Amino acid sequence: MNVPEDLLYAPSHEWLRREGDTATVGISDHAQNELTDVVYVELPAIGTSVSAGQGVCVVESVKAASDIYSPAQGTISEVNEALSADPSLINSDPYGAGWIFKLKLAAGTDLSALKTPGQYTLQIGGA
Amino acid sequence: MNSALKHTPLVSEHEALGARMMEFGGWWMPVQYGGILQEHQAVRTQAGLFDISHMGEIWVSGEAAETFLNRMLTNDVRLLGEGSGQYSLLLNERGGVIDDLLCYRTAAQEYLLVVNASMIEADERWLRAHAEQGVRIENASELWAGFAIQGPQSATIVSATLGLPPEELPSRNGITQIQSENGTLWVARTGYTGEDGFEFFCSSESGVWWWRRFMEMGASRGLIPCGLGARDTLRLEMGYPLNGSDLSPEKTPLEAGLGAFVKMEKGDFVGLGALKSQKAAGLGFRLYGLVMEGKTPPLRAHYPVLARGENVGETTSGAPSPSLGVGIGMAYLPAEGCPPGTRVEVDIRGRRFPAIVSKRPMYQPHRP
Repeated sequence: MNVPEDLLYAPSHEWLRREGDTATVGISDHAQNELTDVVYVELPAIGTSVSAGQGVCVVESVKAASDIYSPAQGTISEVNEALSADPSLINSDPYGAGWIFKLKLAAGTDLSALKTPGQYTLQIGGA
Repeated sequence: MNSALKHTPLVSEHEALGARMMEFGGWWMPVQYGGILQEHQAVRTQAGLFDISHMGEIWVSGEAAETFLNRMLTNDVRLLGEGSGQYSLLLNERGGVIDDLLCYRTAAQEYLLVVNASMIEADERWLRAHAEQGVRIENASELWAGFAIQGPQSATIVSATLGLPPEELPSRNGITQIQSENGTLWVARTGYTGEDGFEFFCSSESGVWWWRRFMEMGASRGLIPCGLGARDTLRLEMGYPLNGSDLSPEKTPLEAGLGAFVKMEKGDFVGLGALKSQKAAGLGFRLYGLVMEGKTPPLRAHYPVLARGENVGETTSGAPSPSLGVGIGMAYLPAEGCPPGTRVEVDIRGRRFPAIVSKRPMYQPHRP
């Protein structure tokens, strides 16, 4: 499974890419593979305040609906509308075109609770 | 892997093929190999191979087998010639569904019942509790492997693999026995997908051999292995009920829309009294199809259904329909108040989405 080196990971399988005070969030390659064919994404509402670990949206595969949790505290600033038309982007490009939402990080947000690529790789049973 | 779960004789094949496995009815079963959508599509356009070894095989034989089964099952067993089969239901005294099954007449005084995995013991107990002189009941489920080939290419693949001309294959709902170097293979023309197809039963020991043989012979005709995920979306498009979800001991086959398989005039059978009363009183609820309108989250079981703003029932099954491109499902709804064509709403996580009550099947396969 692909675990890019430049991202942080939540134990619930979301990835986070920090750029200054905003962060882009999606789900890991491992998670999309576990979910199987994604057929529907219920995007969060822009402007929603979320805390770390809070369920913010739902990704549905043929078999099941799965909650997506915010890996950090902040405010939803942007959502990936392309997923409404093509939810399978989460399967085909989980770290790129399959991103789910952007977060304006709360002031002083501490991301140290998130896992490094190495820690996350261990969690999912990789080498 | 959970060691408390039962394994089919094909479990090593599934793992070698990279299947994603899950628990189903006490069994460790493949849910998908390459992907549910791709497997669904293969069955609708070419062919798919399914492991159905989890299903139960109960043999009923003896001079009183016919009258016994006619008293236990809703369909009329007397209509079966040797080598033919029918869909039927096993009911409790209240007319509720214990199990739905296929009943094949394999010889003059011998029948094969193919039953749901999770109900094997319950079915056997219920049959034995009612058994009479001149009836032998043998639960052979542990001894048999089962697999199915479904899809428009099925007959071509089966014909080539077994070396039988197509006209010698059984016709719809028929069953025949093939002797091979690997023992007996039962071949029945039936399935749970709406496509042309076959179900096979053989000894557990020969399961892997047959599975590989069909895979080899079918590969060039588009045959791919398919899991329970595709089995579920395929059966749901056809509006075929799944016992435990759409059928239950609290629901009768009349409510489930399976009246065609209940022969009320054939003579007494377990549950008949309750069905007669229900028919006389009129059906309160009926199992209908639901087709979502436009882009909505997929339907799942246990979502509330609303008509004119009022809660009228809940879904019993649901999935995205790969063939129709919308969510589909089934629900017990007021028989009079929500006929097919009624516009309803489904509550999905607190939001309401429009749907139309539909006749079953929701999808019409292209059959020759």
